[in-house]
Amino acid sequence: MDLPFAMVGEPSFSAFLAAHRPDLMASRMSTSEASATPGEAIAPHGTTIVAVTCAGGVVMAGDRRATMGSMIAQRHIEKVFRADDHASIGIAGSAGVALELVRLFQMELEHYEKIEGSTLSLDGKANRLASMLRANLGLAMQGLAVVPILAGYDEHRGIGRIFSYDVTGGRYEEYAYHAVGSGSLFARGALKKLFADDLPPELAVQLCVEALYDAADDDSATGGPDLSRRIFPVVAVVDADGFHRVGEAEIAAVAGAVVERRMARPDGPRAALEVRP
Amino acid sequence: MSMPFYVSPEQVIKDKADYARKGIARGRSVVVLQVIEGILLVAENPSRALHKISEIHDRIGFAAVGKYNEFENLRVAGIRLADMRGYSYDRRDVTGRSLANAYAQTLGTIFTEAAKPFEVELVVAEVGADPTADQIYRLTFDGSVADEHGSVAMGGSSEVIATHLTEHWREGMSLAQGVQLAVGALGRSVPPGTPGAAGPRQIPLGHLEVALLERERPRRTFRRITGARLAELAGAADG
Repeated sequence: MDLPFAMVGEPSFSAFLAAHRPDLMASRMSTSEASATPGEAIAPHGTTIVAVTCAGGVVMAGDRRATMGSMIAQRHIEKVFRADDHASIGIAGSAGVALELVRLFQMELEHYEKIEGSTLSLDGKANRLASMLRANLGLAMQGLAVVPILAGYDEHRGIGRIFSYDVTGGRYEEYAYHAVGSGSLFARGALKKLFADDLPPELAVQLCVEALYDAADDDSATGGPDLSRRIFPVVAVVDADGFHRVGEAEIAAVAGAVVERRMARPDGPRAALEVRP
Repeated sequence: MSMPFYVSPEQVIKDKADYARKGIARGRSVVVLQVIEGILLVAENPSRALHKISEIHDRIGFAAVGKYNEFENLRVAGIRLADMRGYSYDRRDVTGRSLANAYAQTLGTIFTEAAKPFEVELVVAEVGADPTADQIYRLTFDGSVADEHGSVAMGGSSEVIATHLTEHWREGMSLAQGVQLAVGALGRSVPPGTPGAAGPRQIPLGHLEVALLERERPRRTFRRITGARLAELAGAADG
């Protein structure tokens, strides 16, 4: 334990790591040479994540597929994680870099909490994630981009909030709902038609699964519910009581019901058109 | 030109040790003890913001007495060391023993090389799967480490407190019994600034800092015990 460890002030784990063990930072993998092979061909990529605000909090869900080019690299990868007691992080993009970013972000929040004796505000967490992402810009330029999404319960305002990002570290607050990843266009279409303000959390969970189903329906890189292998989306609810991952049995029931309804109506629930009297 | 006086190494060490001991004896005390539910850390601390007890990692806690800025420095260094180790290897690879070693090295170096030793005493506690696997390391200002079992007392009037603990601590105590024993033991200490105060005191609940490394909890086991829960545990014997 030399002097750097006893340095006063800095409550940021990533800043400490960058200064004293830069070799442990994924962002340092970036090379100066232009890459000959596209990033998605050399390492697995994670695909679709959706997030929806609901009454008293927010719900986040992710499919379970990782792809490498046209190959399915993994069918049971998890892309939605507990960031801390009141925040959830989901990731799309280069899986290896993204998982490392999640680990670093989780450590960042815990480290701050232990050193300062209090948790960061939700805006503080969102800003920290933005600056950590900015450090990865070199990798993103080489095709190993990570696009996270942060959803959390704002204890100060008593509501669920969603933040999206771009590879330059741009941080954008999303209202109502958002989706990222290759299937996000299709997921967003479904969310747009089915979303309502202040949905009960159970319905928001169902909405997320419907949106992921639509993403998997039209995007080959997104995996749908796998009933034969019993692989279902990872879904998390964050509210005043904290982060809670929806249990295996519960999500199996929700996904099973969604698939069942699609048997009768493959395009999913219908949003009503206004009919003239 | 003035010639410096020769001072023997023995004298230097003795002076430094006396200096550190005096500093530590001025402060209020901390008690650490094993209970069924985990490892209990209790401090007499009127401040709600300046902690003497802290979380280091999943199963490791920290307790300190002495000079606040010095042990705060060590606490932060410990968290950095533990988090970095957990990040580069795995969370399970962070051990109380390696942390105690790092603290011992740091304190030892400061004691011999710096003009002024740290006026602190620390406990690094790691809760195990069962009480036999618990580890409690006590570190003193000169870097010596002691591997403790059962109960530990540090700070001003630690002898009186330790005596009380040795007499009353026994294996298999419940959390409530542990809290009551700790509070009773801390009450035997003479509060700083009131020499000669006789008889045990009743320490107000608001002046207690209590935390438990909870054995059965997954991942982060450190929990502060405050408010109604503390009152309930501290008062359970009366009812």
